[in-house]
Amino acid sequence: MTAHSTGQPFAGPGPDAQFAAALAQGCFQIQHCAACGQHVFYPRALCPHCGSAQLGWVKASGAAQVYSSTTVRRKTEAGGDYNVALVDLAEGPRLMSRVDGVPPEQVRIGMAVQARVIDDPAQGKLLVFVAAAQSES
Amino acid sequence: MSAISPLRGCAAIVGASLGGAPMAPGRSALEILGEAVHGALADAGLKLSDVDGLFTGSSYHFLAGLSVAEYLGIKPGFCEATMVGGSSYVSHLLTAAMALHTGQCEVALICYGSNQGSGFGRLKSMAEVPLYEAPYAPRYPISSYALAAARHMHQYGTTREDLAHIAVAARRWAQLNPLAHARDPLSIEQVLAARMVSDPLSVLDCCLVTDGGGALVLVKSERARDFPKPPVYVLGAAAATWHRQIASMPDLTVTAAAESGPRAFAMADLSPKDVDVLELYDAFTINTLLFLEDLGFCAKGEGGAFVRDGRIAPGGVLPVNTNGGGLSCCHPGMYGMFLLIEAVQQLRGEAGARQVADAQVALCHGNGGVLSSQVTALLGTVATV
Repeated sequence: MTAHSTGQPFAGPGPDAQFAAALAQGCFQIQHCAACGQHVFYPRALCPHCGSAQLGWVKASGAAQVYSSTTVRRKTEAGGDYNVALVDLAEGPRLMSRVDGVPPEQVRIGMAVQARVIDDPAQGKLLVFVAAAQSES
Repeated sequence: MSAISPLRGCAAIVGASLGGAPMAPGRSALEILGEAVHGALADAGLKLSDVDGLFTGSSYHFLAGLSVAEYLGIKPGFCEATMVGGSSYVSHLLTAAMALHTGQCEVALICYGSNQGSGFGRLKSMAEVPLYEAPYAPRYPISSYALAAARHMHQYGTTREDLAHIAVAARRWAQLNPLAHARDPLSIEQVLAARMVSDPLSVLDCCLVTDGGGALVLVKSERARDFPKPPVYVLGAAAATWHRQIASMPDLTVTAAAESGPRAFAMADLSPKDVDVLELYDAFTINTLLFLEDLGFCAKGEGGAFVRDGRIAPGGVLPVNTNGGGLSCCHPGMYGMFLLIEAVQQLRGEAGARQVADAQVALCHGNGGVLSSQVTALLGTVATV
């Protein structure tokens, strides 16, 4: 997969706006650095690995592994307990998200997960993860 | 041996005071700060008009250096309000030593005040909404620490019971400190049975939310013996900054204390075996464990065994958080100042029932953000200079 043109890195809407626009279309994309070859998340103006401004977008594979996980306790009437997880993308970057489709206490460190962009009633398009096997069904 | 840093022992604390700790209902943050400043200057035998260097930080005052200078009625020639969270005041210790060493000021005042306990009843800050974390509603800051604790448990087999030993040790120290806020007996079983907030951390793995302030007065060490109290010398200090948000922390089991600690020890020309008393920023129980590992008091992954069975409690092998810590003494939102004041009291021999015998070297380790800013300082008596 090739990155977009990186000819004018500081012109037009910035990386945050570009990420949000793609997510609003249901697309989860991350940055790729043409200079050092590393992937980058969250979106940056400069590559945090090498300082280059030659960052383009690639569609994320969505393949990931749970690096850590917590169950945030909440009263049942407020919606009940929920998961917050850190996931490591196959491309390298780590991000905060949540694992849907299993009870929060059953989210395990090391489990394989797959990205999904869902329609969240409160937040619109939202990036979450589901168990990898579940995503194949 | 490498050349000794010119900053080693160049500055000394000659005045120290708490203010409004642990609770000061009806009093504002600046009023609490003012009480601490008044106490620290009296301790040093100095007047407010002697202060020409100001070091401060606040969760409420966007321009803290300006607000505090104006409130105190001083016109400091050097004003420093670096804000790296709860570690800020330990960071200020380093910049105060640098400012005194280079002649930017003659009398440095580091000060803090907060009324988070009685004024708000919860942590309050000016922090921005984290764009890529907020949609998932982590509880700030505890969920970030919970993620670190969960990862440590996964990699090293650390248990909730190990963390409970840290909470109980802090409580046992607090029971020796008349100014500590939480002094009721506490058992391992009570910690394990406490209400969970963000797994694997319960409400008893969390620091208190109290009021409190503190102030320190520093001068160049050449002058330090002319003051009423025994000087406490700044032997070494170093700050390390690796991330802001928890998702950007490279390895959740290794904090930047693994960098700040060795650099502070190198400046002080000391090693962990030389330390008599430790004050570690325990916003959560997992902090104490991570910092003991990262600062070299035990190997990575062995913190759980290290803290068991009262080893860091009164009468244990290593005195840690002798005032009761953020867990049981006080935590007004940014705890760094209280690490330093407790160390001063220990090194002066003023700590009463909790006094560590023959304490000559103290380590203070500050934490800011979510295991983000890490700042280590080593303080010593005149015998160590």
